[in-house]
This record gives sequence, C-alpha cells and structure tokens, in this order.
Amino acid sequence: MASNVSVLIITGYGLNCEAESSAAWEMAGARAERVHFSDLVGRPARLGDYAALMFIGGFSYGDHMTSGHVFALRVRRRLGAELEKFIKAGKLILGVCNGFQIMVKLGLLPGLDGEYFTQKLSIMQNDCGTFQNRWAPLRFEPSSPCVFTKGLGHFSLPVRHGEGKVFTPDRKLLERMEALGCVPCRYADPSTGEATREFPWNPNGALNAIAGLCDPTGRVFGLMPHPESYLYPENHPQWELQKIRGELPKEGSGLLLFRNAVEHLRKY
Amino acid sequence: MAHRIEIGLKRGIKDARGRAVAARARRFLRLNVGTCRTRDVYKLDAALSPDELELARKAFTDPVTSRSAVGRLAPPVFDWMVEVGFKPGVTDNVGATARVVARDALDRPLQPDEAVYTSIQYFFHGGKLSRGDVDHIAGDLLANPLIQTINIFSYGEWAKSSVDETVPAIREKTDIRVGTYDLGGGDEDLMRISREGILSLSVEEMRAIRDFFASDEARRARTALGLPENPTDVELECIAQTGSEHCKHKIFAALVHYVDEETGREEWIDSLFKTCIRDATAKIGKEIDWLVSVFSDNAGVIRFNERYNLVYKVETHNSPSALDPYGGAITGIVGVNRDPMGTGMGGELLANVWGYCLGSPFYDGNLPEGLMHPRRIRDGVHQGVIDGGNQSGIPWTRGFERFDERYIGKPLVYCGTVGLLPRLVTGRPSERKEIMPGDVIVMCGGRIGKDGIHGATFSSEELRGESPAQAVQIGDPITQRNMYEFLIEARDLGLYRALTDNGAGGLSSSVGEMSRESGGADIDLAKAPLKYEGLQPWEIFLSEAQERMSLAVQPEKLETFLALAARREVEAAALGTFTASGALTVRYGERVVAHLDLKFLHEGCPRMTIEAHWKPPRIAPPKMPRKGSRSRTLLKLLASLNVCSKEFKSRQYDGEVKGLSVVKPFVGVYSDVPSDATVMMVKHGCREGIVLAEGINPFYSDIDTYDMMASVIDEAVRRVVSAGGRLDRIAGLDNFCWPDPVLSEKTPDGPYKMAQLVRANKALYDVTTAYRVPAISGKDSMKNDSVRGGRKISIPPTVLFSAIGKIDDIGRAVTMYYKKPGDLIYVIGVTNNETGGSEFFRMLARDEGNPMSCGGRAPSLDIPSALALYRAMNAATEREILHSSHTPTLGGLSAAFALSAIGGDLGADIDLALVGCEGNLSDDEKLFSESNSRFVVTCDPKNAPLLEEIFRGLCAVRVGMVTEERRVRVAGAGGRELINVEIDALRRAFKGTLYGV
Repeated sequence: MASNVSVLIITGYGLNCEAESSAAWEMAGARAERVHFSDLVGRPARLGDYAALMFIGGFSYGDHMTSGHVFALRVRRRLGAELEKFIKAGKLILGVCNGFQIMVKLGLLPGLDGEYFTQKLSIMQNDCGTFQNRWAPLRFEPSSPCVFTKGLGHFSLPVRHGEGKVFTPDRKLLERMEALGCVPCRYADPSTGEATREFPWNPNGALNAIAGLCDPTGRVFGLMPHPESYLYPENHPQWELQKIRGELPKEGSGLLLFRNAVEHLRKY
Repeated sequence: MAHRIEIGLKRGIKDARGRAVAARARRFLRLNVGTCRTRDVYKLDAALSPDELELARKAFTDPVTSRSAVGRLAPPVFDWMVEVGFKPGVTDNVGATARVVARDALDRPLQPDEAVYTSIQYFFHGGKLSRGDVDHIAGDLLANPLIQTINIFSYGEWAKSSVDETVPAIREKTDIRVGTYDLGGGDEDLMRISREGILSLSVEEMRAIRDFFASDEARRARTALGLPENPTDVELECIAQTGSEHCKHKIFAALVHYVDEETGREEWIDSLFKTCIRDATAKIGKEIDWLVSVFSDNAGVIRFNERYNLVYKVETHNSPSALDPYGGAITGIVGVNRDPMGTGMGGELLANVWGYCLGSPFYDGNLPEGLMHPRRIRDGVHQGVIDGGNQSGIPWTRGFERFDERYIGKPLVYCGTVGLLPRLVTGRPSERKEIMPGDVIVMCGGRIGKDGIHGATFSSEELRGESPAQAVQIGDPITQRNMYEFLIEARDLGLYRALTDNGAGGLSSSVGEMSRESGGADIDLAKAPLKYEGLQPWEIFLSEAQERMSLAVQPEKLETFLALAARREVEAAALGTFTASGALTVRYGERVVAHLDLKFLHEGCPRMTIEAHWKPPRIAPPKMPRKGSRSRTLLKLLASLNVCSKEFKSRQYDGEVKGLSVVKPFVGVYSDVPSDATVMMVKHGCREGIVLAEGINPFYSDIDTYDMMASVIDEAVRRVVSAGGRLDRIAGLDNFCWPDPVLSEKTPDGPYKMAQLVRANKALYDVTTAYRVPAISGKDSMKNDSVRGGRKISIPPTVLFSAIGKIDDIGRAVTMYYKKPGDLIYVIGVTNNETGGSEFFRMLARDEGNPMSCGGRAPSLDIPSALALYRAMNAATEREILHSSHTPTLGGLSAAFALSAIGGDLGADIDLALVGCEGNLSDDEKLFSESNSRFVVTCDPKNAPLLEEIFRGLCAVRVGMVTEERRVRVAGAGGRELINVEIDALRRAFKGTLYGV
C-alpha cells in the first residue's frame, strides 16, 4: 500500500533497532526511511520532509558516560533548531529504549512549558545493577493525551536495558508530569494490573513505575520497553499457550502503538 | 600534565554500581563491607583553556543526577578509596567516547595525540576493612592487575596526596628497527629462538625455515630486494603465526599412528581433518543440494531459501579469557562476529551463541598460584559477552554452562555467530571470494596497537606463569558496529571485491590469506593507522588489535570507498596492492622488510606424526543407593551445577533485539526453564525460521570419546527435531577443545589423549554421514592445559557440536513445557542401561568422595532407530499435534519430567513401568539413564490415535498424564511411589543454586 505518511529513522553510532523499527512503521502503513545521523547533519532541513521521527533503540556510543548522553549532546548541537521546528509543526516523535534515553537527556521529555532542550529528568542505572531482558507487563493510562497509547489497556512488551530507571530528585516536577498526563505507560504487577516498583515486574526501580513518558501535547513520546519487538504474535513468550487456548492475536500488540501514530497522522 | 575531572552522583541518590560492589564483596569475598560509592574520573590529556575545560566538564556531566569538578570533587565520607585505571596501551572505550564529546563541546579538532583517559574511584565507608581486605577487593573484584592500575588510599593518605593528573599514554619514540635472526646454529639454538620469541615452532619447523632461507633461489631473490640473508623479524614472526597450531591445525593435519589395544587393530590416518571431517561433509554433499561453501571461508555457508544463505561460525577464546576474562570474552564474541562479516561478500549478523566450561563458582579448594578463582572468571566472561553482544545489537539465542574442576586451569569460552547472506550481492553469487592483481589492500575499522601480539602463537601453548600480558585485548563493540554498518552499505554499493577479518595474526594473516587469491601482495606497513607511535614493523604486521577488516578494493572504487568511510567516521587506509608475483612483499616506507614465498609460507612447514594408543579405561561405578523414594535425589539433581537454572546471568543478555525471536532461550509460563532449541525468523515478514541447538558432554569422554562425540551430535540434532526443525536441513559445527595430545616429557599420556581424539573423529564421521548432518565449519583448540604452581591441570576432551536447522513455518514450533491438564505424556525412544558418566552417577561418586568413580556404559547410538524416530517426530510436528516436546539430556527422564512440569507450572502422573526399555532396567536406571534419541512429548487425548499412528512400529509409549495438581508423581516397579514432589519445591531447587551468582 502506498503511503503518504513518511517516517524518519535516525541510525548510526551504535543505534541498532533500525530493521524492526522500519518494519513496525511499514506494517502500520507508513513509509519508513533510515538515514544515518552523519547524512542528516549534512542537511538538517531534510527533517521537514517527514511527518514523524523515531529515535530507535541500541547502544549509541556504547552507553559510555551514561546512556543516551553523548548522542543527545550531538543531536542538540547539530539538529536542535530543526527539531524545534519539527515539534512546533505538530509532528510526532517516538523514542524507544536508547531513543527514549536520548530524548530525556536532550530535554524533549517531559517537554513541559514548551521547553524541549533542557534536561529536566534523568534515566539511571537499574536498581538491580545489571542489564535486564524480560517481558514486562504494562498498563497504559487511558487519561494520558499520548497519541501512541490511545485505547491500549494492558499487555506485555520486552524490556532490555541496563539503565531504565526514570529519575528526578524533584518531587514537584514528578507531580506536574502526572497531573498533565505525561505518564502514559507503567510497569504493572500482572496479578493486580496496578503499577509497581517491585522487581522483576518493575525491572529498574523507576519512580512511579514509569515505563514511558510523553510531553503534554501527547505527540512526543518515549518508552523503555520495545513495541517494535512485538510485531508478530509468535514473538510473545507464551504464544503457544495462547494458540492452544484460542487466544493468539492476529498480530503482535506492539504494532498497535505504530497504528495509533499512523492513524493520527492521517487524520491531521 | 592532564586535566582531571571527577564526576559523582549527587548526595542521596542511590549508587547501584557501588551497591553491587559492596554486595559482591560481602557475598563472595566474605568481607565486612559497609557502603561503597563510586565516581568516574576523566583525564583530558589536551591543551585546553580554562573556559574550554569548563565546557568539557559540563558536557561530561548529567545535570540532573550528578555533580562534577575539575581536579577533586569533594568526596563522600570514606575510610578507603580505590582508584582503578588502565595500563598504557590498553583499550579505553569510554575514554575514546569522551574524546568525541570533548571535540564536539570545544567545537574544534583535537591533535592526534590528545586523548581522554578514564578511571573509576570506589569509596568504602563503614564495615570493617583492613588494608589487606581492600587489596583483596581491588585485585580480586574490581580490577585485573594484568591490564589495570590500582591505587589504594586510606582517607589520611588520600588527604595528603597530590591530585593525580598522570595519564597512561604511550610516548615511546623508539627508532624503527628491523632485526634479523641467525638460524645458523644447532637445534638448541633454533629452539631457544623459538621459545624466547614465543614463536611456538618445533625444531623440525625451525629447520625447514632455515633450509628455505639457505636455498640459492631465496638468497638471489633477497639480494635483489636488499634484504639480508637471514630472515628478518617480520618474516620469522609471520611464518610462525601462519604455521601456528591456531592457524594451521597441525594436530588435525598430522599423520596419526593409531593402535587399538582392545581390538588389536592398527592403522595410519592421513589427517583427521581430511579423512573424518572434510570427507564426511564431501560425502554428504553428494546427497544434498544446500551446501554452498564449507571449510574454505571464515565460516560455513548453507542455503536457507530462494533469497538467503546462512553463515555460521563458533570459535573459542580460551587463553585470552584465562588471562583477562572480561577482555578475552568480549574479544571472543566481537571477534567471531567478524567471521560471518568476513565470509563471502560479507554476511549480516543475525544471532549470537555462547557457552562456557568452567570450574565451580563455589570452588573452595587450593588454587594454583596465578590462576583466577572460577567465580571471577565466570563473572568476567559473562560480562564480556553480555557487553559485546548487547552493544552490537545482536541477540543471543543459545547459551550453556558446564562445570568441572578440570576447567579451573583453563576455562573454555565458546562464542558463535549466525549470519545472513543474500544469495546475490550486486547481482552475483554472494559466496564469491575473488581478488584481482592490482586491487588495493585496504584496512578498515580500528587502529593498530600492541594489543594481542602473539595471540595466535600464544594460544597454541599451555598457560604458564609468564604468559604475555600483551596477548590481552579489549573489544570495542561500537567501533565495530560502525564499521559493520559501513561495510554492509559499501557491499551493496559494490565498493569492494573481497574482504576478510583481522583476527589471529592480524594483517600478516588476513593479507597473507587474501594474497593467495590474486597470487601475491605488496604492502607498506608505514601506511597503517596506529594508536600510538613506537610500533616496530613486525608488531604492526602481527598486531591483533580488534575491530579491523582487510579488503580488496577495485582501484576505480577506492576514492568512493574512502569517502564513504570518512563520512561514517570509520577509519580506512590503503596499504598496498594485491599482485600476481607469487610472494608477499612487505615494506616499511621505502625499505623492503619481508619477502615471503607464498608456497613456502602456506605449505612449507613439515607435518607432524603423532602416536595414538587406545586402551579402554577402567572406571569403577559408584555404589548404588538403597531402594526407596527418589524425591530428594531429584531435587538434588535439579540443584546440581550442571543441571540447575542459568537464568540469572542469562537475563543480562539481550535476546530480543531485531524482533525476530520465536522460541526463546527460556520458555514456560514464567519463562524460567531452558528451551531444547531456539527458533527465530531471519527477516521481517518471512515465516521460515532457523532452529539452533547444541550438544556438549565432556563427562562421557572419561569413558569413551567415541560415545561422547556420537552423543553430542545426537543431542544437537534431536534438540532441533524436538522444536520442530526439519531433519533433512540440519548442519553442524564442530568445536574441539583438547588437552595437549602429543607425547612429550610433560605429556606422558599423549598417546591416550590422541587416541581419544581419533575416536571422537571416527564417531563424527560415522554419525554425520549417517544422519546426513554435514559439519560445515569448525575449530580446534588443542593445548588446554595449565602448569601453574607446579600442578598440571588438563581439561577433559570437550566437543561442542552446534546445530543449525530450518523450520518451514515458525508458527509450528514446539516448546518443552506441559501446556494443558489432561494432556497425555509419551516417552518416545528406548531407554537403555546407560548411566556411565551420567549426572546421577557423578552425583553419587561426588557424595562418595571419589568424583571420578562414575564408570559404566556411556550412552550409545542406534542410528537407524534414531532416524526413524526423528522422521516420525517431524511428521508429528507438521500435523501440529504435539503440545510439548522435550528431549532428555543430563539427568535423563527424571529431570525431563520435572523441567516440563516446572515450565508449565502443572503436575504430572507417571508410571515408570510403562517406559520402553531394552532388557530389565531398575527404576533408577529408567529414571537417570541418559540414553540418546529420546523425547518426552504431550498431546491432547483427542490426538492420541493420530500420534500412535505416526509412531506405529517405533518405541512410543504413553506413560502418564499432565495434571492440574501442581505435583510430579512417578510410580516405579510394582506401583511403588518413587517421586512425589510439589512444583514449587522443584522450581526452588532448580533455580536456587546460581540465583544471584
């Protein structure tokens, strides 16, 4: 299907989820284009060609000097002005895992009061002290303005990170974020469906069990778990049980976030 | 003098890194540690104005969580502080990134010798620590003194000391020297030269080299080029590494005199590799049509479907991991990534596998001087492969650990990578490897340093006290990732003709190998990018500095190639040209420093003749326990090191990146039991998948390596079949790790060890040809002995057989855990009295205090029956009637019943009397025998007739049922209850041993 929604996927310097991220957008009906950061720096105005932009997962600069920190410095310096235009034009930005870390270190999130380029929050080493790869049950908050998570309810996505603990020493900031609906996605205890700070359900000890954040417009969104790693029903760790019970979904639930985004872009 | 910046978390913010250090020191070193907080130190060795330094400090610091200062940052309250940095020349990846940040922050380029060096500070407070304790923490937990510097301060010492602004820069300004070796002396002189130079050449080889250089032809050629008569250091080093055991596999290539004292037969074997491995694959190759390239490239290549080929390679990195577990292992995984990357026109990296054979992490015996504690080796090795794999964006799919005291001397570290090659690249077959005279020699990736010099020759030696520190390298996954993306881009643009990786032997090996395609090469080492000055030509040629590939670039594409590399910030340099001269000519600037005849270089070394004498060992069996309940035996078995869950460490590896995983390494309702095999897609949108599994069992080697080899091949194959992989599309990789099998003063039992090698190879031939499972690539590591502290420790002969199979529709994959109460449980395949070397026998022998008394019959193989069963299994999975399938391995049926129950969080009721067996077996033999070619499967009762139809005439017996009640019950002879344990107890036993370790 030809698509008029085109999405920019920035690659390079250790980012590594380009293939599944492209597949996700394309399966959702968009056209995804991967551009190496070094080519983008040569022509920042290219950003204007796209309706959405994705900071993908990976290990930019090996997570040296804390995750996302170095890539964020380079993006702010080289693409800051164009990114600001991009946001003001009402376009969408998604960040996953390292991409989310980059967005937070850049200041794109939480992006309160239209301030997108000053770091307000941080993402720290997991409380357990190590990288963790497991499927985390999530709850998506219906009250959030987030474009990506509309109508999602509960499901699991894989987490794979060593630094995923959303943190700020500023309680007031956290309260404001909550009040504005900037927390569309939390780690949940599967038995209650409620947000939790307990390991392993909350794999990193994030404050308020924050798994993902959006800005108050809901158009700028990032999360630690990987929706692009659950595009097929057989990605789910218990897909055989779902099959035997007749509960196997037609497609991976991670795809829903991308479908929401594409639908939004088609409408506006 | 450098500028020092210290960065620490703000007060009151939890320091997870410090807490982990404190917890480990308490748990493993049993020290009374209070708190530990950490700091990052950056030393900028660059000319900076105060304003610039402030810009850098800000750029280095996370404003939300951290504070920082130039010079000293006010420390937390502490009693002791340990600062760990790198020794000169050791790769400092974080330092390299910090340099990029500094450059960006200053908005100006830095001088080539301006760099950033990092260290970490650990502040200890409270508890009760003596200086000796802190020494212990520093040397045995925080740092490896071989590659790192350690500075310890009490608070008082720190307060009085001046701020450390020194950096571990290498600033040698040595003159370039090319030495020569005088080979005119006798054998003793020749051997002294070999030993002192760590050349690992035998006296026969040294004589052959001497004679070659003494020939008239060689002399004439050398005079014409202005070379001395005697070989230069560049030449001798190059010959030594090309001819090393590591590269030339002398033992597998040797002529073997094999005597079987059991049968009285005697035979001469002309190379085990040729007659047992290559010939077996060649024979299979006549019967199948999907072999593309085997044993000729960096990795084996097989066809996957119409569009893609698969590339697979597994390597070991044992010696480097013994010296520096982290560096050795990260280099192992990042290094083996370059094999598929350097195969054909360059494979895309799809998945990683790993496996380690180690001493017990709980070992509390005496360690020979100079050996690291197995727990430490294990931690370092895991962390190395975790970082290497995760940072490269390649998911792990298989991993295993085996524990035995004999791996204390030398750990085995297996790392492997599956790659994907489009069948056509720029319109032509991708497996091609062609180089034309006139093509440009280009090296790309990282720079050359002294790291890893003599790696190839060193790994061909046993581990000694004086093993060289420079054999240690630290991988840099991000540099490699950048190079990899660039190369795939260049590949699809047709910007090069061929490529290969720089691994053991560095340029001397890669360019040496590539020059055989064109017929020669002419290379100038002065053009190679260096990390620092002061490298001699031979060091540049042999350095094993990581993350480098060598390419042959068409002259007309060179400019475009180099321009793209520059844009992607990938180092690339043209070093010379490929020629048809028949020789490898090496220059340093104007001067010729080596001229080696290719024929002599690759074929000039004499072959070894090795004696092999087989006499079956006599090993007593353990005393059998009295009749009674086996519930506790089962719990103990599940908790034993080799059976127990390895999930704690495994969760730290990324297994989901790429979004293609289908059957993961851990499965079950709670994803907490290991799968038989893993299944993954290879491309988005394509439902055909690969199935990966492995077999390894060094414990049977003590009885007979023939049975060991047959069993590990069968294990790998039946795992693939169990998960739904097609029997007719399985290929294998053989990785042999052996103790030195050559008779010598230090190895009086060489002929027996060699006979063990012969028998393993015979089994490999017999089983692979019968199963039509071709070995497509392999590797051997033949000197896995340690002689430190006057004690020789040799590993048990160990073969890892890795299988790669195909499944036509990933939606038909089957996992090993019980799915539904009421499902029927079948045992498929015959159980024999084969408990020799089994987990059960070894447990009994350990309890008796004679761990080696585990003799008996090792599992054998009935090939025709196995094949019939596997075909039926394929039919059953194709009809989608199996709800679960699990193949018993360690612990036999007992562990199999238990693991499927834990995975499903469901119980099982089983009548052991029904199990199909050969002869009259006792309950213990039925429960714990590790017979090959068996499965425990479940199906819905409505599908039972179909299942029994599919297995008609084969051994497939219904033995019980999956139950709602979460309890495993097994009844033995006469209906007596043998096992009755709750799932929670089984799970606790299985998961407790290595949790948190």
